[in-house]
Amino acid sequence: MSDPFGPDPWITLSRLTPARIGLGRAGAGLPTREVLAFSLAHARARDAVHAPFDAEAVGAAIQALGFETLEVASAAPDRATYLRRPDLGRALSPESLEALRARPKAPIDLAIVVADGLSSAAVHAQAAPLLGALKPLIDKAGWRTGPVVLAHQARVALGDAIGEALGVRAVVVLIGERPGLSSPDSLGAYLTFAPRVGRSDAERNCLSNIRPEGLVFEEAAFKLAWLAGEALRLGLTGVGLKDESDLARLPSSGALSLPGA
Amino acid sequence: MTYAQTTGTTRWVFPDLKTLMAKASPARSGDRLAGVAAGSAEEMVAARMRLADVPLRTFLDEPLIPYEEDDVTRLILDTHKAAVFAPIASLTVGDFRNFLLSEAATPETLTALAPGITPEMAAAVSKIMRNQDLILVARKCRVVTRFRNTIGLPGTMATRLQPNHPTDDPGGVIASTLDGLLYGAGDATIGINPASDSLAALGELVRLLDGLISRFSIPTQSCVLTHVTTSIELIERGAPVDLVFQSIAGTQAANASFGVTLPLLAEGLDAARGLGRGTVGDNVMYFETGQGAALSAGAHHGLDQQTVEARAYAVARAYSPLLVNTVVGFIGPEYLYDGKEIIRAGLEDHFCGKLLGAPMGCDVCYTNHAEADQDDMDTLLTLLATAGVTFVMGIPGADDIMLNYQSTSFHDALYVREVLGLKRAPEFEVWLERMRIAGQDGRLLPRRAGHPLLAAAVG
Repeated sequence: MSDPFGPDPWITLSRLTPARIGLGRAGAGLPTREVLAFSLAHARARDAVHAPFDAEAVGAAIQALGFETLEVASAAPDRATYLRRPDLGRALSPESLEALRARPKAPIDLAIVVADGLSSAAVHAQAAPLLGALKPLIDKAGWRTGPVVLAHQARVALGDAIGEALGVRAVVVLIGERPGLSSPDSLGAYLTFAPRVGRSDAERNCLSNIRPEGLVFEEAAFKLAWLAGEALRLGLTGVGLKDESDLARLPSSGALSLPGA
Repeated sequence: MTYAQTTGTTRWVFPDLKTLMAKASPARSGDRLAGVAAGSAEEMVAARMRLADVPLRTFLDEPLIPYEEDDVTRLILDTHKAAVFAPIASLTVGDFRNFLLSEAATPETLTALAPGITPEMAAAVSKIMRNQDLILVARKCRVVTRFRNTIGLPGTMATRLQPNHPTDDPGGVIASTLDGLLYGAGDATIGINPASDSLAALGELVRLLDGLISRFSIPTQSCVLTHVTTSIELIERGAPVDLVFQSIAGTQAANASFGVTLPLLAEGLDAARGLGRGTVGDNVMYFETGQGAALSAGAHHGLDQQTVEARAYAVARAYSPLLVNTVVGFIGPEYLYDGKEIIRAGLEDHFCGKLLGAPMGCDVCYTNHAEADQDDMDTLLTLLATAGVTFVMGIPGADDIMLNYQSTSFHDALYVREVLGLKRAPEFEVWLERMRIAGQDGRLLPRRAGHPLLAAAVG
């Protein structure tokens, strides 16, 4: 065969990208199999947005790691309101705010919030395994975390309200990201030093695409612990804190070493 | 000045022109989020009735955002052509709608009138127009632009080939680009949203697309969608930049949130024109906009999102762009909640842009948390193509794997060409035929192994 591509030249192209190329056509339209494959991917993404957050199951898995948990809700009463009113998703419900303020004050270095965000599927699949990878690093650093806060109908900035009510030094929000067609269950992690209501996104550091097919748990946990260590050491997050966690690795062994740990 | 309208026994009072405009707007979540939407269906219609009686001249006398505070207002008023406006100066908004729909409003008349129309006039009249009005009038507007081909001729619709890749992998970008070209897409531009913001990586992408376009003499233009200052820097470093991209909005403060000013856009225009890379024209700018951008930056000055959006087209037209793209459903359901709101917004944006003389295309799109699906996109695509949209997106399988949203595919463009008989830019049609990708009728030829473009994938 002189043709380097074999019988279907598109197969070679398709290996170069996860994009939906080489689909073929039925006249001007897509072949049936591709229409249905697309519908399935969209259905999964839709379900990820609208599936209720199973805080009980996620909480049990997190408790099994040795964390306490507590539940809060944002001021958005339901999914339809949540999607239309991001401002309500950034504020605590009056009951949750009261409950957090009423807790006995205990010093917390790094509060952890697990938030449904735009993909409960992401939280169900990735939150506990990520915390499992993070726990040894937290223990090694000696950070006090307080209870892991499970938040319903939450946006990233709800972590500011939670952190402010608990009086914490820093907060990390693990939140379901807006689902993509090929990634319905990506978790994001947002770190904010000295959280308080009104912080801007430029004052946070972010890791995204945390899932087995993207940023894997061990890697995400290492980066997160590195960023948290630097945030607590420097007293800031955001544009002033660059992720240089790659430099903290020992190239020979691949072992992970944290600043000051 | 306050505006009042009585419906039955109810007297509705609107404290100023921007409130009247906002309350007259067809319902959408972004205006409710901003707290400017009508409180009831009847209030909305009352506002439309009152708006229909507002003389067009009022929009010159009562700027919605003060002249002193906002350079977009200054641009709009300083460049307004009073002599062109004179024939319609005595019309109300309601009269203006009647005129636009009439046989007197020919394509030639509308083209000549564009410099006399302000975005606020366009937005106001759109609010009392039904979807069919928006389609019929936009279809009569002609905006033709040129760089290496001719875009916007009657009976044509172009596509932007969008070969995004999550890590800008050159092989991946080329694979999607070749796939698109073999489906007959890419006459508006081959335009990539880079994942990286490093100058070196962006320069590589610019050279990658330029290499492909040169090697196969493709009558189209490339664009790497990065900040205007970055494009200027790339040009200074000798990168072969065809089009300079920038996201823009309808207020000075919203533009500031994008890190741009009007003088900076002029700098970008001059830098790209200085390269003289266009062969049939020198429209070198590519702008993107979208309803909700100003509100999300807290820079909307109490205006409804559609009126602010129309002001962005006044910014665009000042820099003679090749392409202007309203990315209509990208921003999310807090601004446009569902298919109905996205469809309405797409038609409004296209209408306002065309009336103002901008080469309007539309990224017919949605995110997975909006109440929309591919059927809604089919509807909007069909309506916009009927309205004479300048270009739409062509994305492999409609699934953008870098930006995580759904748009229109290479196939979608083929569908609408088949249904409505729309051609591509003429130079590009000739190239497709010469490359034996499409036949004389513009339809794709059966695919075959060993096509020279496919050899490029490994060459």
